[in-house]
Amino acid sequence: MACIGASGELTDSARRLLAALDPPAAPDQVAAHVELPLYRVRSGLREMAEAGLVEINDTGACAITALGRSLLHPAT
Amino acid sequence: MSDLAIAPVETAHVSAPSTSLPRLGMPAPRFEAVTTHGKVRLEDFQGTWLVLFSHPADFTPVCTTEFMAFAAIAPELRKRNVELLGLSIDSPTSHIAWVLNIKEKFGVDIPFPIIADLNKEIATLYGMISPGESKTETSRCVFVIDPNGIVRAMIYYPLTTGRNTDEIIRLIDALQTTDKHKVATPANWKPGEKVIVPPPATMEEVEARLKAGFECKDWYICKKSV
Repeated sequence: MACIGASGELTDSARRLLAALDPPAAPDQVAAHVELPLYRVRSGLREMAEAGLVEINDTGACAITALGRSLLHPAT
Repeated sequence: MSDLAIAPVETAHVSAPSTSLPRLGMPAPRFEAVTTHGKVRLEDFQGTWLVLFSHPADFTPVCTTEFMAFAAIAPELRKRNVELLGLSIDSPTSHIAWVLNIKEKFGVDIPFPIIADLNKEIATLYGMISPGESKTETSRCVFVIDPNGIVRAMIYYPLTTGRNTDEIIRLIDALQTTDKHKVATPANWKPGEKVIVPPPATMEEVEARLKAGFECKDWYICKKSV
């Protein structure tokens, strides 16, 4: 699941995942919230973690980073 | 070679497969793959059943009918906590173009990801290539992997023969019934029919089962409803 589109903006699915991480949540909780298959949530969160948009803690819970928040809610 | 071409079996020129098949009851080989839904790993499917299946090539007729058949059973599989994952030795661009073509020509959405295994890495890992049929295409393989990542069933069909997706649902139902009730299932079993009580291993178990009220033809073949 690509999280960043061709012109550098978040993809729709990335927006949905990031918006589901406030408060931080485990992938299965996110999957239930966004109604995406669990495998897509896991792969998407991992990709966004690699891009610095998400942090995954030791328990597997995921939180949006400052960078992720800035892309999700860009200053107008 | 298209999937309709009848390949002569080149036994004289076939060397041993480059890898052995996965084994039933053993952990499925781990992988990370580029798919039409992004990069996925086997462990992303932990907690769900996975039907990993290969097809010979995109834009071929039998494969197209199979993909529409797999798409048709996807909702039933989802009810059973099963995800589908396709694979062929084609590029992501080819997969995407084919999926769009199936939508355009047949009005069918393909809801599952398809692995682009251009370097044959996963096909080799899972023994999906049958050199006697084709050295460049994957056979019609199905691997049923359980929520713990264990290979529970394998089906191999040749290039010429499309798979029966009803059988894949039946197989999943049988495996899930086995796990839930610790039973086996007889030939041609379907949900709702009686299941096989596992054979006894001791005389004590023989005596116990004969008193248990099962439907027994003899001590070793007993059925019950679940």
